[in-house]
Amino acid sequence: MREVLEGSQAVARTVARCRPGVVCAYPISPQTHIVEALSVMARTGELRDCEYVNVESEFSAMSVSIGASAAGSRAYTATASQGLLYMAEAVYNAAGMGLPIVMTVANRAVGAPINIWNDHSDAMAMRDSGWLQLYAADNQEAADLHVIAFAAAEELGIPAMVCMDGFVLTHATDVLELATQEQIDGFLPPYSPTQVLDIDRPTTIGTMAGPESFTETKYLQHLRFLDAADVVEAWSDRFTEAFGREAGGLAVRYDPDTLDRDRSAPPAGAEDLVVVAMGSVIGTLQEAIAPMRAEGLPVRLVGISAYRPFPREALKAALGESRHIVVIDRALELGSGGVLTGCVGRALAGTGSRIHSVVAGLGGRPILEGSLRDVIARALAGEQRGLEFLDLKTGGVPVPPVGATEVAR
Amino acid sequence: MSTVHIPFLQTGTLAVGGRLLDDAERSVQSQADRPSSLTRGHRACQGCAEALAARWVMDTAVEAADGRLVVANATGCLEVFSTLYPESAWKPPWIHSLFANAAAVATGIASSLHAQGRDDVRVLAQGGDGGTVDIGLAAVSGMFERNDDVLYVCYDNQGYMNTGVQRSSATPPSARTATTPAVGRQPGAPQGTGKSMVKIAMAHEIPYVASATVADLRDLEAKVRTAMSIHGARYLHVLVPCPLGWGSSSSESISLSRAAVQSGIFPVVEARAGELTDVQRIRERMDVEAYLRPQARFAHLFKPGGEDALNRWRALAEANIRRYDLLGGRP
Amino acid sequence: MSGHDAPPTLGLSTGPATSLSYHTGTWRTERPVYVDLAPPCSLACPSGEDIRSWLGSTQEGEAGFETAWRRIVAANPLPAVMGRICYHPCQAACNRGEVDEEVGINAVERFLGDTALERGWALPVPTASSGRRVLVVGSGPAGLSAAYHLRQRGHDVTVREAAAEPGGMMRYGIPAYRLPRTVLAAEIRRIEATGVRIECGVRVDSLDDAQAEFDAVVLTVGAGVAHHVDIPAGAAAKIVDAIDVLRDVASGNAPLLGRRVAVYGGGNTAMDAARTARRLGASDAVVVYRRTREQMPAHPTELEDAVGEGVRVQWLSTISEVSGPTVTIERMELDESGRPVGTGVFEELDADTVMLAVGQEADLSLLSGVDDVDVRDGVIAVDPGTLMTGRDGVFAAGDASPGSRTATFAIGRGARAAAAVDAWLASRVLPAEPVVREAEASRLNAWYYSDAPKQHRAELEAARRVTGFEEVLAGLDAEHAVFEARRCMSCGSCFECDNCFGMCPDDAIRKLGPGMRYEIDYDYCKGCGICAAECPCGAIDMIPEER
Repeated sequence: MREVLEGSQAVARTVARCRPGVVCAYPISPQTHIVEALSVMARTGELRDCEYVNVESEFSAMSVSIGASAAGSRAYTATASQGLLYMAEAVYNAAGMGLPIVMTVANRAVGAPINIWNDHSDAMAMRDSGWLQLYAADNQEAADLHVIAFAAAEELGIPAMVCMDGFVLTHATDVLELATQEQIDGFLPPYSPTQVLDIDRPTTIGTMAGPESFTETKYLQHLRFLDAADVVEAWSDRFTEAFGREAGGLAVRYDPDTLDRDRSAPPAGAEDLVVVAMGSVIGTLQEAIAPMRAEGLPVRLVGISAYRPFPREALKAALGESRHIVVIDRALELGSGGVLTGCVGRALAGTGSRIHSVVAGLGGRPILEGSLRDVIARALAGEQRGLEFLDLKTGGVPVPPVGATEVAR
Repeated sequence: MSTVHIPFLQTGTLAVGGRLLDDAERSVQSQADRPSSLTRGHRACQGCAEALAARWVMDTAVEAADGRLVVANATGCLEVFSTLYPESAWKPPWIHSLFANAAAVATGIASSLHAQGRDDVRVLAQGGDGGTVDIGLAAVSGMFERNDDVLYVCYDNQGYMNTGVQRSSATPPSARTATTPAVGRQPGAPQGTGKSMVKIAMAHEIPYVASATVADLRDLEAKVRTAMSIHGARYLHVLVPCPLGWGSSSSESISLSRAAVQSGIFPVVEARAGELTDVQRIRERMDVEAYLRPQARFAHLFKPGGEDALNRWRALAEANIRRYDLLGGRP
Repeated sequence: MSGHDAPPTLGLSTGPATSLSYHTGTWRTERPVYVDLAPPCSLACPSGEDIRSWLGSTQEGEAGFETAWRRIVAANPLPAVMGRICYHPCQAACNRGEVDEEVGINAVERFLGDTALERGWALPVPTASSGRRVLVVGSGPAGLSAAYHLRQRGHDVTVREAAAEPGGMMRYGIPAYRLPRTVLAAEIRRIEATGVRIECGVRVDSLDDAQAEFDAVVLTVGAGVAHHVDIPAGAAAKIVDAIDVLRDVASGNAPLLGRRVAVYGGGNTAMDAARTARRLGASDAVVVYRRTREQMPAHPTELEDAVGEGVRVQWLSTISEVSGPTVTIERMELDESGRPVGTGVFEELDADTVMLAVGQEADLSLLSGVDDVDVRDGVIAVDPGTLMTGRDGVFAAGDASPGSRTATFAIGRGARAAAAVDAWLASRVLPAEPVVREAEASRLNAWYYSDAPKQHRAELEAARRVTGFEEVLAGLDAEHAVFEARRCMSCGSCFECDNCFGMCPDDAIRKLGPGMRYEIDYDYCKGCGICAAECPCGAIDMIPEER
């Protein structure tokens, strides 16, 4: 059934249909609509056999999720920005403990300066936390990714973040087709944790590892993470088969001409410039690139859906023979460049690829089709420098009004 | 008081057991087949009262819950000395996550069990004073305020002993720690600092708050049993002498606890819904010196210049005796 | 998939109680060790009773009474008697005195003794006979004890007593208000029931004859002859020996003493005499003693009881002359060494009768002409270990031999003599009494003992006492006896309070079950010392670890 829905509502309903046992969250924009909707469903009984817990901080939200997951419940939370960083210690902990919690990150800039609008700097700060990070290109995928996230996380024993751009997706309304309860019940295996606080089979969870075992523990975690790419891809494929639409995956391919998402699209060619991006900017890029293709310009689009694990092989396969890449980055590694660019660069090390880094849309700055076309065109013309801040205003930021400081004193 | 009064049988209520007791009167710790929830092979220092208190508390809770108990533990000595992989000294299902979040993890467990319809399984959270009074206070307070079905137990050794004896906000004034050295005009922890977690807990008006020590097993067991008979947020604060951090002999952990109570320094109380309901009276009044002198962390109190701080201790004891009527009307 | 062996979860979860593989016992520098030390009560008990042990049985109530009594009679066959007349040095030594008040051991002993008489519990009868014959001369406490213990060892024992009835000073020296004759007679009958033959009215006057008849002889002839002092006395003066008065009263021939009686002396006999005088109608009984209260040999409770019955004491006084209805008294003072010296100040005291209670001597007429048995300081010299006199096969115990002249000491020495005779008859060396470590009060952790005062025996009113010879002190009932026994702190011996087991932070002590006590698991014990510090009764030593 297709319906008109806000992204947050779509996510909340889909999460509810995944039958979490415990939902725990602390409010932060732009995540609030998701958890508000879940709290209502828990209160009305639409979300059955589920505890909705209002906590006093994101740190506790994640901690409650840890406890709930360890006690045998499918646990869900959502946050953004400062909230994600406030829970950072527990985020790492959940991954280290192998608890398959699913968390929506309504991506938002990290202060200071405080800013409530979208970019990816929050999730990027947690890129090495040991969580899966799945990025939604649009609200349909945002909703669908949660089903895949629960499935993959629980198979792997690795928690998963579903990243959706704050406001741009969370507060945007689209015509969507949500997975129904019956569909999800048929698709998502029931939660059966491999380690659980069971009074009949007691176990100790969360021991201390000394120098004699810490490296090996991390190495095993690394190997497990390598498995994750296959598992995420497999669940994404299964999803496509079950629901008749693509969602998730690793590196996402788009039809060269229609720019529609298409997993059977051919890899890029040697002549192509490939734009690599993730999140909602994909939609803007589809709109920006289509006319360029119509003009005969050799531009292709590849999306990153699974940022963690980073899909090196899938990306290389999608890039094919192309050695000319523009990465649209929504997070900045200060003094270096885009965060995603760094990952792409490492994946393509030794291939002789030229990689342009375009940092765009920080703190909610709109990413305009025209600006994207302009930067792509310049890249094609060989006029684009290594690192560019899209639509950067000259002259920095406005100066406070003259005298205001004096008056305040 | 929820203590069990043992009739006069050579030793009375104060000893762990006694061969003349009826089975019904036996403490959990006196049973040959007690749970020993924290069992041998743990790496606590010699004479660690926290290890002792944890076994006492948990064994009683396990019995009260008919074996259906899940435990969340904060980072700290208790966690480190009990669970160095691949060994665990715990018998019940037990989880350690972080330093500051034991209360929240416990809430998560309780919420999960409730969602699963397993309200018969009880949840206990425990941590040291650092994980409770300092870094974990927000989570503890949140758990209290929501009245989550968790018994939270704080083992208060009055400092960050695991990291090498630094000051916590449970460290008493004038105590020497690695970060409040016994030098300068006011040696040791500054006067006027420190907070009472028992009062903080009471201010939340949760169903049950109590303090206890390892000097009175019967009292401690009775309080755990009382706590386990109630649903909702409950708090138990146990004073646990730390030979390492306090500079006391490993054999003195019980006697120091006794002196803390009998001098009036550590009031042993019970409160329900924010109202003080009972206090343990002083049985044999001791001077604060009986508590302070065996501890190297207070050695400077007994040197020239230490009189002021010593007098402050006496004043504190007097104030407690008045406030809680610890002498029960006796002079 | 990469085909590796990564586990499905990464929390490093592990099984419960896996810490057992880590042996913390290697940390130990001192190890706790359970010990059994001698309690001060038993060390102070001249009869050699294992007091802690029989109090322990009594603590169990009805079920333990007979065991408790049997533990007493293993040393002392006269619990009902001694429960009345013993000056209970055990209680003076009792560590509980430092906590609140000493345990009323004596009262519990009497309760057990009386209970045994009521229920007719019998002493053990030896099943095998040694075929050896032993004569015990005298049937006082030393003689009865020696006879009983010899009989328990299978010997054929005969006791010969010069008086008409057995019991010695218990029969003829101690007033009936302290020791009812029926109790004494019953306990003596019970000894006879084990096969001891007691012949009364038979004076032994030849040691050689006795030795010809018996394989060994034990002399327990007592000290029943009054010591005399020379006091100038007028013709009208009535001076009697206190011990004779007591004997006469005991024989049913109460003498007439007059209304005002002065008793000269400061021992227990003086107290008995003064109290007896009151019972015989004296309105005024004054004890004249030349030293101070602190120096008085009478037991403090005897003095208290006497004073409670209206007896007065004239301290630091000697009788210098007795002349009819008055006695001249010289005031004394103590010199630097604490000895009384005359002050030359005299006063008069009204007294119809003066009773002399200045000590007693042994009647050693049996030894006249016997030159190989030494008599020193008025008593028979013996080997301090074997109690054998200078003559082979002749032993001595009780008041006629060196040592304290108390019934309890006599019972202990009687038992020792029995052991010595037994060894001598078998040509064995009597082992020396073992050296034991005392459970001193400083070892105890008195905190754990509940506060409870001694159960005071209901005393008859003083007024009633002086009118007759009813027993002064009432016994404990069963409930109170059990209560009193439970006040025992079991000094130096584990009584299974579970403190060590419950308070071990390392869970390193095992409880072995009722009566089996505990076992320390040295694989895990870190040697913190809490068990030793918190053991109420000091039954754990911390000793340096040997590596």
